[in-house]
Amino acid sequence: MSLLLENISKNYREPDGGSLPVLKIERFELVRGEQVALVGASGGGKTTLLNVISGITTPDSGRVVIDDTVVTGMPEPIRDRFRAERIGFVYQTFNLLPAFTALENVLLGMSFSRGRVDRDRALQLLDSVGLSHRLEHRPGQLSVGEQQRVAVARALANRPSLLLADEPTANVDLSNQQTILDLIRSACTTDNVSLLLVTHSISVAEQFDRIERLDEFNTAATLMPEVMP
Amino acid sequence: MSLWAIAIKSVRQRALASALTSLSVALGVMLMIVVLVANGMVERMFVQTATGYDLIVGPKGSQLELVLTSIYRIGVAGEPLPYRFYRELTSGKNNRIAQAVPITMGDVTQQGSFPIVGTTPEYFALPYMHESDGTPRRFRIRTTSRDGQHSGEGLIRNPFDSAIGAVVARQNGWDVGTKLKLVHGGSDGHVHDEEFTVTGVLAATGTPNDRTVFVHLDGFYMISGHEKPLSEAVARELEFFGNVSEESRNALEAEQGSSGHAHGPVPEAQKEVTAILVNIKGTIGEKVLAESRLMSGLNEGVQAQAVKPIVQIDRMMQTLVGPIRSLLMGLTSLIIVVSGIGIFVSIYNSMADRKKEIAIMRALGARRQTVLSVILAESTLLCVIGGLTGFVLAHLMILALSPMIAGYGLVIDPWTFAWGELVLLPVLIALASLVGFVPGMTAYRTDVARTLSD
Repeated sequence: MSLLLENISKNYREPDGGSLPVLKIERFELVRGEQVALVGASGGGKTTLLNVISGITTPDSGRVVIDDTVVTGMPEPIRDRFRAERIGFVYQTFNLLPAFTALENVLLGMSFSRGRVDRDRALQLLDSVGLSHRLEHRPGQLSVGEQQRVAVARALANRPSLLLADEPTANVDLSNQQTILDLIRSACTTDNVSLLLVTHSISVAEQFDRIERLDEFNTAATLMPEVMP
Repeated sequence: MSLWAIAIKSVRQRALASALTSLSVALGVMLMIVVLVANGMVERMFVQTATGYDLIVGPKGSQLELVLTSIYRIGVAGEPLPYRFYRELTSGKNNRIAQAVPITMGDVTQQGSFPIVGTTPEYFALPYMHESDGTPRRFRIRTTSRDGQHSGEGLIRNPFDSAIGAVVARQNGWDVGTKLKLVHGGSDGHVHDEEFTVTGVLAATGTPNDRTVFVHLDGFYMISGHEKPLSEAVARELEFFGNVSEESRNALEAEQGSSGHAHGPVPEAQKEVTAILVNIKGTIGEKVLAESRLMSGLNEGVQAQAVKPIVQIDRMMQTLVGPIRSLLMGLTSLIIVVSGIGIFVSIYNSMADRKKEIAIMRALGARRQTVLSVILAESTLLCVIGGLTGFVLAHLMILALSPMIAGYGLVIDPWTFAWGELVLLPVLIALASLVGFVPGMTAYRTDVARTLSD
């Protein structure tokens, strides 16, 4: 099993002191190498779910198990390192560091794991996403499509077992959307990485064998009136 | 990619702000080092200059004033001692005295108002100071003019010979062969008619000797008005010693039998000395004993005193110069602290822009301690770069000023470290940790999920 969520609940505290349920998931699982498209309404808790899976946000209750390791039981520093080594993250807004070149952004992704900073792998990854001629360019000097390709290379830098992608094609122009998607999927297939990809796009979701609707297994969704992070 | 590499990236990203904050540290450090070096110079000038002579014998009064007048040529000399006192001091009763050189002061040069010291050629045979390891430093004298046109026959061997310090020579443009006149030390500003000829130029010593014009004691008293009127001198001798020497009596009788004093050698009774520079012979123990005996012997009387210059100057450094030095050090420390606050403000203000970067690093797996360390590394970089820049700037400034300082006779090595400089580096790192801590904690507490979703 690559990913298992059990009895996950997450509530946000409202300004008036009340509690706003965001996630209430009895069970969700992903087998190793599986690629799943996750769709759902805006504010349905998709990003919160990815943050809970990656350990950025801790759930109020329940267990997150990745590669048979219970992430939710880990102290924060161990969880951070686990995230660095086992989980890749591709964001809608790329989240590259503007002062770093494309190559440095990928190397930075390797800096927080226990493994060595492997420059050759970073070069190979950037080559595989078609950016070998843009190594020394900073994000501001790259097109949005190129930026997202750097982000994909960075997410794969530490050979993760699970890749979380939060609407990775939403900010990319149409001509690049399919390229990005293909890059992510083929990289995951090649390295047998499990993929959970959040998308609004039906055309993107339809390319996946398994499509999950968050509101179908997140019972909190029915209770959420407003958009939450 | 190391923490330092990440910190350097961040510093370079905000190059202008980083440069300015580092510069403020650099200026603070520069000022502090210059103060440290200047302090060392002042200390050397005062303390080492006081090591030239074991004792100074002079009239009763302020001990410090006696030292300042006779060695540093600061202030006005008190009531001088009769010359007979000097002669008796060195007549053999005090067989522990190795050398005793009389000096008399009061006049200044017409050009530049440099102090005039009347003394004997033996003055230049004594070391003018001792290095900290005890090595004596002696005068070096040039007796031929730079253009080769004039040469002196040596130092103040004749009554109207004169030797001048290095600063006097430079500032007045004087050289061997130059004629000079003296201005009376009183308030009248009278220029004496008698001319002295420069027969030697002293090499720079880094002491007040560089700013002094030396003339022969005999010549000094041959200047009209310098000799004490004989009747006054005899009355003073009687008051001082309780008797009058035969020579004085003879001189008085001769004067009463003549129409007045013709200019020429002045009788001993009419000569006075401002102070006597004394060196004691023997081993250290013997010297201490002899100094103590001489001091207590003289100090018990009411007319004269003997003081150890080094003791007086040490005391003065502690009571006067010490607090000023502390004040300067305090002020420069404050400048560095203000620079540190500048770094704090700079980094703290940048945190709002950098929250996203920190959240990204955290999302990539950076631990809270890691992002805190990045910020601390950044503030350390700014402080250390500023400190090193300040160090280089300070020494470059000293290098640039050293020719001017050398003009005052003080030869300094611009790359000599003051011990205080070694303390600066750990102080700067501590300061960096302090000023980086608060913004570092902001990084530490960054809410990753919220920041990335904003």
